[in-house]
Amino acid sequence: MAAILAGLFYAAATVLVAGLAWRIRQYAGTPAPLKIPTTPAPTTSAGVALRLAREVVLFESLFKASLWTWLFGWTFHAGLALVLARHLRYFTDPVWGWVAFIQPFGVYAGFAMVAGLAGLWARRFLVDRVRYISTPSDHLMLALLIAIAGSGLAMKYLAHTDIVAVKSFFLGLLVFQVRELPADPALAVHLGLVATLMIVFPYSKLLHAPGLFFSPGRNQVDNPREHRHLAEWAARLETK
Amino acid sequence: MADVIAPALREFPVPPALRPDAMAESKPFVATEKMQAAIGFPGTLVEDWHDKAIAKMGELLDKYRSLSVYLDACVHCGACSDKCHYFLGTGDPKNMPVARQDLMRGVYRRHFTLPGKMFPKLVGARELTKDLLEDWYKYYNQCSECRRCSVFCPYGIDTAEVTMAAREILDTVGYGAKYTNEIIAKVHRIGNNLGLPGPALEDTLLGLEEDVKEETGADVKFPLDQKGAEVLLITPSADFFAEPHVDSLIGYAKVFHAAGISWTLSTHASEAGNFGLFIGNYEQMRTIALRIREAALDLGVKRIVVGECGHAWRVAYSFWNTLAGIGSGGNDPFARMLQSQLDHRYRQPTHICELTWDLVQKGALVLDKDANDHRVVTFHDSCNVARASRMGDEPGGQFEIPRALVRSVVNRYVEMRPGTTHEATFCCGGGGGLLTDEILDLRVKGALPRMESLREVADLQGVNFMATICAICKAQFTKVLPYYGFNRSMVGGVHQLVSTAIRLGAKQ
Ligand code: SF4
Ligand code: SF4
Repeated sequence: MAAILAGLFYAAATVLVAGLAWRIRQYAGTPAPLKIPTTPAPTTSAGVALRLAREVVLFESLFKASLWTWLFGWTFHAGLALVLARHLRYFTDPVWGWVAFIQPFGVYAGFAMVAGLAGLWARRFLVDRVRYISTPSDHLMLALLIAIAGSGLAMKYLAHTDIVAVKSFFLGLLVFQVRELPADPALAVHLGLVATLMIVFPYSKLLHAPGLFFSPGRNQVDNPREHRHLAEWAARLETK
Repeated sequence: MADVIAPALREFPVPPALRPDAMAESKPFVATEKMQAAIGFPGTLVEDWHDKAIAKMGELLDKYRSLSVYLDACVHCGACSDKCHYFLGTGDPKNMPVARQDLMRGVYRRHFTLPGKMFPKLVGARELTKDLLEDWYKYYNQCSECRRCSVFCPYGIDTAEVTMAAREILDTVGYGAKYTNEIIAKVHRIGNNLGLPGPALEDTLLGLEEDVKEETGADVKFPLDQKGAEVLLITPSADFFAEPHVDSLIGYAKVFHAAGISWTLSTHASEAGNFGLFIGNYEQMRTIALRIREAALDLGVKRIVVGECGHAWRVAYSFWNTLAGIGSGGNDPFARMLQSQLDHRYRQPTHICELTWDLVQKGALVLDKDANDHRVVTFHDSCNVARASRMGDEPGGQFEIPRALVRSVVNRYVEMRPGTTHEATFCCGGGGGLLTDEILDLRVKGALPRMESLREVADLQGVNFMATICAICKAQFTKVLPYYGFNRSMVGGVHQLVSTAIRLGAKQ
């Protein structure tokens, strides 16, 4: 099993990195011919950075839009961030101080993740507007994330996994060695699903993560009277 | 045309229950062959419309980062679903911004993404069928491109960008809307949206001079094509004769007169509106904007000032510099010529509210607030000003400057309910090229949220005048106010209030 999972992870990591790099290059390479920040917009680049930071950390616009969605969405993402940070201990030796420090919180974060996801999923059934716009993939994505979080928590609370061996496996992957992995169903499910998530990332709505940074409505400086803003294809019209 | 039915005002606005296909009958008249041809689009739906539409979509995805990011990034969270005034007024689920985008997103997935090619059902990918094309025509013509949804989307996804792309695709396959395209042709042919030829314009302006003379005794001029004037005023052509628009035009003239600023209108560019924006067509928008540069160069003016028009101000503020080098930094020969001609101590272009407010602050105008005492005034932020442009130097100046100006000319001013003003303002219901009578039912229903907050301040605080700085808002409100039991003369321009308060000749 270790060999299969190792292969899967190498493939998943390749798809994730290459896919994202390709998408980001595509976004970056596509011109934004007109200044279209949603106003009131910052008039300086520093202001734009701050605006984006507020969106990333606080979900500012969502907060204004829908408190419930904000609450569930933010809880899930904050939980996810902590859990991901907690998992750094499987890839570092010795474990960094701050990663060791957050370990206990990381566990609560796992529950917060599940609670947030459950709330988001409930909205897809209970709010008729959200039900109307949901596609099967929206449900599947939530199912996938809940299954990942659930299997992770199962290893902590139901059937303990030999995390020392898990760590050795991942440290091995980093130096291209396939080491032993405990034959543990929860672990196999967890790792399999994580790899799946990595693979679908660059092709799915998970692109909202890089998308935010490339959204002209949010990332443009509001200074069109002072600075001319001209895309290449638009500039060509001038020479005609 | 379906019967026009105004929805009942709700005391506590809540999202309506879904009423699928409630607006499936609503669509604007299709542009005729002649109109389409006049602006370079095929006259009727072309034979290979499907392939052409997909090809155009690919082209737009390569040209507009907004479109390519917005079609990928949506997570179907629904945060925007109750933000559109057309959804709130009709309950038609396809008027939820996300569902409106999905009409195009499904096709995008099908043709431009891997999962959409492999598992179309799973990700909501769809083929562009004749029925779906019909839905595009209907529902992308039920969006006023007001951008309210973009304020609330966690990724800033702007449905207006998708609507514009859809309309551009529809135009390229020969399925354009009559109202917008007819107007664009008129502006090319005659110089303004209303098709008012030069002599008629001159006549109208002379008439206004007489009226003002009679009313105030002052010789307020309405100059046309005056070479060497300091200011070129670009204003919506509705200002020349429609009510209440013309009262604002009189207001601008009085301001220039009182401040001793020489100004002129231009027959060549007798229109601020730029409907190229509404159909998402960069080339049209550019050609229309270039008229202004030509007029400015020809007349040798030092400043370009824009009158009360929402989307015109968006195009002027945000795009003129890009499209025609009006602003700073244009680098073709004409733009360079214009730069050296314009007086850069002033903002170029300037909004008329910026100009008047500067004068008020300098004490250059004599204002008698009491003259407006028969009015209790509220201010309606127009979408394109509020969410797509700015005034002054600070973010949010587009909210503060018009309000400050209103407060300087009236004693009794009231704000409508928070969440319905500033960047969260509700569209009048007629923007984005929808100001046409065959879809009056949609326009009336789309006005619901604004009517609710107006009703509130009218009942509780006695508001009897709603000031606005957009020609479309003025035209739309005068039409729909009666459906909600209001008097149509309740709406008017900010410079209408200025016009009432200003005292001429007292100061030089
Ligand atoms: S831009 Fe305005 S009209 Fe269009 S979907 Fe968004 S809220 Fe509705
Ligand atoms: S708020 Fe944005 S991400 Fe959410 S459904 Fe609407 S468009 Fe999609």
